Amino acid sequence: MTHKEPLIEFRDVVKAYGTGEAEVRALDGVDLKVRDGEFVAVMGSSGSGKSTTMNILGCLDVPTSGHYLFRGVDVGELDRNQRARLRRHYLGFVFQGFNLLKRTTALQNVALPLIYRKMPARERNRRAKAAPKAVGLADRMHHSSSELSGGQQQRVAIARAIASDPAILLADEPTGNLDSERSHDIMRLLRKLNEEDGITILLVTHEDDMAEYAKRQVMFRDGRIVSDTGVQLREAI
Amino acid sequence: MLTTLGIAMREIAANWLRSLLTTLGIIIGVGAVIIVVSLGNGATQRVQNDLSELGNNLLALVPGDQNQGSANRLVEMFNMDDVEALRAEIPTIAMATGVLTQVATVVYGNENYYSSVRGTDNDYLTIRNLDVGLGRSFTESELRAGRAVCILGETPRRELFGVQNPVGAEIRISTNSGNNTCEVIGVLTERGADTFGNDQDDYMLAPLNFVQRRVAGNRDVTLIFLTATSEAEREKAIEDVTLLMRERRRVRDEDESDFFIQDLKQVQEQVAQVTGIMTLFVSAIAAISLIVGGIGVMNVMLVSVTERTREIGIRLAIGALERDVLTQFLVEAILLSVLGGIIGVAFGVGISYLAAGALDFPFVVSQSAVVIAVAFSGLIGIIFGFFPAWRAARLNPIDALRYE
Repeated sequence: MTHKEPLIEFRDVVKAYGTGEAEVRALDGVDLKVRDGEFVAVMGSSGSGKSTTMNILGCLDVPTSGHYLFRGVDVGELDRNQRARLRRHYLGFVFQGFNLLKRTTALQNVALPLIYRKMPARERNRRAKAAPKAVGLADRMHHSSSELSGGQQQRVAIARAIASDPAILLADEPTGNLDSERSHDIMRLLRKLNEEDGITILLVTHEDDMAEYAKRQVMFRDGRIVSDTGVQLREAI
Repeated sequence: MLTTLGIAMREIAANWLRSLLTTLGIIIGVGAVIIVVSLGNGATQRVQNDLSELGNNLLALVPGDQNQGSANRLVEMFNMDDVEALRAEIPTIAMATGVLTQVATVVYGNENYYSSVRGTDNDYLTIRNLDVGLGRSFTESELRAGRAVCILGETPRRELFGVQNPVGAEIRISTNSGNNTCEVIGVLTERGADTFGNDQDDYMLAPLNFVQRRVAGNRDVTLIFLTATSEAEREKAIEDVTLLMRERRRVRDEDESDFFIQDLKQVQEQVAQVTGIMTLFVSAIAAISLIVGGIGVMNVMLVSVTERTREIGIRLAIGALERDVLTQFLVEAILLSVLGGIIGVAFGVGISYLAAGALDFPFVVSQSAVVIAVAFSGLIGIIFGFFPAWRAARLNPIDALRYE
């Protein structure tokens, strides 16, 4: 898992909404590199640009100017379907609102991205059964998502995100809808996945104690990065 | 693909009442087409059966003009010489038999019944495909001498004799010309009602000579049945008969014939034509119903896309291509329409079955109509499902994920 180029690289990324006088810059010249195996927390208050960063990282949105390189590929030059393919093969998403499909069992939710990857049924079943074990939720996989608690739903969502073996797991406020105890459970799970399974994780949060679980904290304010412990660390060495 | 179908099935089942109401237009449209086509085919087949029972290549020579028929009293009737001439002079005619029909009150014991007496000969039985089920047909001498013997149809037999054996019994036939005693020598095998519900067993046969002299009191022949030598010679026979009869009846060249030939083949074609027009007419109405049904499907799919915006967002985020989402919703619309079509077929076939039983038509389901109806409802699904599916596929994943 050694790549010369960073897994993710933002070069002077700007994201602007509106035009002229009404122009609002959600991101205003962001440079960021994330390497394989990292666990990065992107922090900031609401409106700081962290959600926009997440959308661009997730290939759901493209920069107005600047470049977003994923393994050296400029995502800004990809069309909608190419970005969907990139998501399909390299990205795993965990959302604040869990975003599981209703009226669908936990197991089927986990299998969904594998279906889109056109994985053969046997391999798909094997993976869809293995992933829940990694998140400590093997026994309730045949329950419909609405029958699960918030913490359990988020575990299913994490299982769904890692089942396809992504290059990076993008977690957007994964603890935002959970109480403190469940939040810490989820964060410990993410840390375990990073440390033991080597999964690269990028976490967006506004809670300091959640960000503590990550190895590196990047602080956003008004569309710019104001501090980055990874860079400080490297500069210090 | 199987998974897509499974998902679509689950979605339809989860909202089954909505799905059913949505497809009502398609159900009614398809059902109507199936009913009309089935009953149309049934009617056509029924008429064909009736006509082949009546006899192949059967032509009926009727005095009077086509519109008024022989109801006009001034019309000159035929006579036995006409029949002899037709037999002798026209090679394309296989058989000819003259008939004189006279309505009469028939009495046996305390029972009396108003029916018609047809004076004719044994050729009548052959030409009309009739069997004498009980007893016997006429002998040559009975016909020549005009003996007072008769063969009963099933209806007068039932009315007069009930469960008794009528053969050998004497009945009384009474008309304006007087009362005649007549011996029953046979009973015709029952034929039942025809397509239009007419009783085909309500008459009796007797030698022509007897009916002319004793029952009707004249020498008329009111109807001549003919058969052509073959199907191919039918047209030629009609032509020859017309020429000969015009000559015999001294119709001037510039005048219309004072008789006409009823060709049962024509009747058959007319029935087929009428059912064809009916089918076309109802199909047009059904097409409108199907389009309305299609709009219903489009409407419910649009609602479904809106309801499931978030789901679409999730799918797009975890790697569904536009094409995947498009396919998913399109398959759902097609499935919805095809299910409607299948229910419509089932409904139509059921109603046709009941109606065919009630109308005493043969129950015929047109396989091509079933296939076309289901395929057409699938097409409706594609046409009206495409726009909602395209809308779903084009959703922006960020907005879709944020949609509450």
